[in-house]
Formats: sequence, structure tokens, C-alpha cells
Amino acid sequence: METIFDLARAQRRAGAQVPAPESVEDLPKTALREHLPALPEVSELQAVRHYTRLSGLNYSIDTQFYPLGSCTMKYNPRGTHRAASTPGFLDRHPLAPVSVSQGFLACLHELQEILQRATGMGSVSLTPMAGAQGEFAGVAMIRSYHAARGDTGRNEILVPATAHGTNPATASMCGCIVREVAVGPDGDVEIEALKAAVGPATAGLMTTNPSTCGLFERRIEEIAAIVHDAGGLLYYDGANLNAVLGKVKPADMGFDVLHLNLHKTFATPHGGGGPGAGPVGAGELLAPYLPGPIVEKTAEGYRWTEPPHSIGRLSAFMGNAGILLRALAYALMLGSEGMQRVGEFATLNANYLAARLGQEGFDIAYPNRRACHEFIVTLAAQKRRFGVSAMDFAKRLLDYGVHAPTTYFPLLVPECFLIEPTETESKEEIDAFVDAMANVLAEAESNPELVKSAPHDLPAKRLDDVEAARRLDLRWQARKRSL
Amino acid sequence: MTDTPTDARYAETHEWARLDDDGNVVVGVSDYAQEQLGDVVYVELPEVDQQVDAGAEAGVVESVKAASDIYAPVSGTVVAINTSLEDAPELVNQDPYGDGWFFAIAPDSSDEMEDLMDAAEYSEFCEASEAGE
Repeated sequence: METIFDLARAQRRAGAQVPAPESVEDLPKTALREHLPALPEVSELQAVRHYTRLSGLNYSIDTQFYPLGSCTMKYNPRGTHRAASTPGFLDRHPLAPVSVSQGFLACLHELQEILQRATGMGSVSLTPMAGAQGEFAGVAMIRSYHAARGDTGRNEILVPATAHGTNPATASMCGCIVREVAVGPDGDVEIEALKAAVGPATAGLMTTNPSTCGLFERRIEEIAAIVHDAGGLLYYDGANLNAVLGKVKPADMGFDVLHLNLHKTFATPHGGGGPGAGPVGAGELLAPYLPGPIVEKTAEGYRWTEPPHSIGRLSAFMGNAGILLRALAYALMLGSEGMQRVGEFATLNANYLAARLGQEGFDIAYPNRRACHEFIVTLAAQKRRFGVSAMDFAKRLLDYGVHAPTTYFPLLVPECFLIEPTETESKEEIDAFVDAMANVLAEAESNPELVKSAPHDLPAKRLDDVEAARRLDLRWQARKRSL
Repeated sequence: MTDTPTDARYAETHEWARLDDDGNVVVGVSDYAQEQLGDVVYVELPEVDQQVDAGAEAGVVESVKAASDIYAPVSGTVVAINTSLEDAPELVNQDPYGDGWFFAIAPDSSDEMEDLMDAAEYSEFCEASEAGE
């Protein structure tokens, strides 16, 4: 594919948008550049065409179906963008005094309260700027809690095999030893394995519910009791909250601390589309350790406050303010009734899609369980019979204009797709995905080479991901030109 | 069918362990494991002289699909590591029982080798997990 530099011709200029040059005579010589900037020499029309063409190659939730399991790629309503783009929000300087920021603080306070009600946690801090940072905060809080009681021997974090993939990494980052807890053939945590794993070294347990297999952990209260009896605490990874939003509160399941992914559950832009936000919520035990600042409502108005034993700051200012405002607008647009429908329709869409794929001859993992917001298809049988792997299948789906589901995750299920349609897709869109999957399955049988060499219709063909990982090269360097 | 040499013993976590003439135990991952992992892109090895415990993490193997821990099949002291995996992690795929070895352990005792599976038991174990899909 051509870069804009490939289009360049020497001395070609697009000057209409360039401000008149100012004199640089006053500047010291050390501040002056020795080489011309490496700008592409193209006409204005060439620049416009190049970037317009590139934007058309972009794949996004605004253009196509995006069933990327575990990521909750739901529609980001334009109304939330409009609300957060109000000039009063956009033009507010982050260092503006509290006295002239009362509206902004009122919004954050309201979001804190909404998230408290949705999770059952008594306190919420909005500052973590990503899910990973939220997880880090939660485990750091658990460690601080144990340390404050002089219980310094607790350095193990239990992680069920069905927990979110980032949980072991978070525990390691916080200096803990990770102990995996086995999961039974029904997808639920093995209680006996958990009982054997807990002890005086248990700092806590991290998990999602529903799990990464898209299954609701049915014995969660028993699990919570076992961990609490051993002196440990429970961390809820909010990655899969979309399935139970408005239905079940993590606090009621026995969790002590959690993080939410506003860029998943609360429909803010996601991944390359925008910064994340990973607010942390805590019950009474851990609230004093929350990262600051938190917005407090007093008789004199709103103000910033730091929790008494805070683990400290995780972001400058107040996290990703624009994202927090979008999440608030989303929550207000839904209302509490709408929030319940999120969980209901996310689950309905996933179960409908799972059932349809089952009818088309796909193997659904855990067929005897009801899926929550996502489910797993295993292509192990197709690999054995046709030599077509889950990755081949995923690449061929791209030719059909859909984003491939998450591949090879969770690790428990071989050759798997983790599929999450979300509540914002229509039946027609889901049916079209079923058709694409059925077509690829037919191709895998009749013409496996076609699938194994996909994609065929994209600007880039099959990428060499092995070579890319072994010899990572992320640098593009412009040629220097002398003045 | 994957290759399962009879001169090695096997852990449920898919490492092989082979007792060398010098009394050290050489460790790698099985042919079955490398096939499940797919193309290996990175290997993290323990340090020489590091103490390792049977069943505890001793390294990491990363493929295009997943990152997996490598567990020491027996307890002892690491006496050698295969540094060529740093630049050529593909050796794990190409020759899992030969040039793709990970590290060698001077075992604390020879008993722990007996706790591992022999080739026939391991083949059966892999088939059972395939069937369990």
C-alpha cells in the first residue's frame, strides 16, 4: 500500500493552509533546525484523497459487525458525544479552580453514584484510565489492606482458569504470586481445588462473573465464603459486566472491590477509537484505600477529596474526563430500566447467535449451559477434518466484511472463537454473520485451500504474524533532506 | 500423531524430562505441546544456578496464540540453559526433543522422575484430553 511519501514529488507544495512564515531572527541558533522537516511533498488534493481513501479502509463498529468476544464492541451513541462536547466541558482547563468547575464536578459525582448503585459498592473512584489500571488499583488496595493490619504473609492471588486473561498479569505487576484454580467440565470453579488452594498466604481471588467462557459462576457465594474464611478478599473484574448490568450487583455476589470498563459496558469509544476508563469501586473494607481524588458533595458544593489511606494517584487530574462524561450521558440516557435491558438483550443476542450457529453445524463449548453475553465455538473438529484452523477461519471471515471474533482465547478450549454480538446489533446483522460463518464452513469442506490462504479481498493479504513477532519492526523513518 | 520418544518422561503440563548420562535432567516441551502452541516466538528461561521446585514455574513460552508457563518437572538446580532459543525460538517447533530443549537441572533426587508419565501413559493422556474436547 502506498504511503503519502510514495506520492511525493520534489518541490510540490500545498501552501493554501500554511500560515505566513514569521521571522526566526530572534531565535538562538541552537533552536533552529538543520534539516528541512521530512514532510511529504504533495498537492492539497492528493493529501485529501490519500486520507479519505485511508479512512475508507478503516474497520470500526461504525462500519461493520464487530463480535470481538470479551471486548463488548457495542455502539457508541452519538448523543453521548454531543453531551460531552458541550463547550463548557471542552473549554474547562483541568487546573481550573473548583469554584468554577461545579458543573463538571457535579457530573462526576453523579457518575460515581450511578456506578455505586449499579455495582452495590459503597464508594467509587473514577481516576484509573484503563481496565488494566483499574485492576492494578484493586489489587494494590487489597495488598495495602493486608499490610495495614500487619498481615504481611499474604502474597498469593488465586485466579480461576476462566478468569479474564489480564488478571494473572495484574497480580504479577502487584508483586503477588499467581495460583491458578482449576475449573470443572461444566465451566464452574472446582470447589475442592479452591479449598485446597486457599490458606494463610491468600491475599485474594480475582475473577470475572460471568466468566471468560461466557458462563455465570453459579457457586459464587460459596466461593466468596471460602476465600473470606481464609482471610482473603475478592476482586471482580468488570470485563463481563455487560451480561448482568442492572440484574446482579457484584457486591451482592460477595466481591470486595472491582473495576468497570466504561469503554465496554458504558459504551464509550474503545481501543484505537478512544482512551479507556477503568473506575474502581469498593465496599466498606477497602474504600479507605481507593485511588484519589474522589468528588465529595458538601453543603458548600462539590469538592475533591482523598481517601484516608489511598494507594495514591493513578492519573494526572481526573482520569479521562471526556470519557467519564460520555459514560454519564450514556447511563442517563438508559435510566435504570434501560440498564436492565442492556443485560437482557446482550444475553438474548448471544444465545440466539449460539443457537443458530449450533444449527449450522458448529460445536458450541459447554452446550449444556446457557450462555451469558458471549459464548465459545470450537473449531477443533473442522481442524481435524479439513485441516482448517480457527485462525484460517477468522481470516476468511474478513473477506465477508465482518470483524473476526476473538481467536484462541480462552486457552481452555482448543481452536476457539469467543463471540460477543452485544445488545446493539439487530437480528438481521446477526443472521448475516451466521450466513458468513456457514459459507466459510462450506468452503472449508469443499475448498480448504481457499480458507487457508485468506484473506483474498483485503488491501493486505495474509500477514506473517510469526515473523512480525520474532522480528518486531515498528519504526518508519523519513529520509533527511538538507536545507 | 505426535512424536513421543520413549527415552523421556512427561509431565501433565506437557514438559518432557530426560535423564542424561551425567545425571542431569534435560527439560523441553513435547511435540504435542509445540503443535498446540503453534509457532513459538519467544522463550523465557530460568537463570543458571537458580533453584527450581517440581511443578513450579521455571520459564515462559510464547507463541502467536498464547503465552504459557513452563513448569520444572523435577526439583533441583538449573545447570544449563539453551541460549540459542533467544534468537531462534522456532527450534522449539522444529526439534522439540533435540535442539529445542529449554534447560537442564541437577536434580535433588532421582525419585521425582518416577512421578512423571512414561511415553505410553503420556500418549494416552494427550488422546484423552483431545477426546475431552
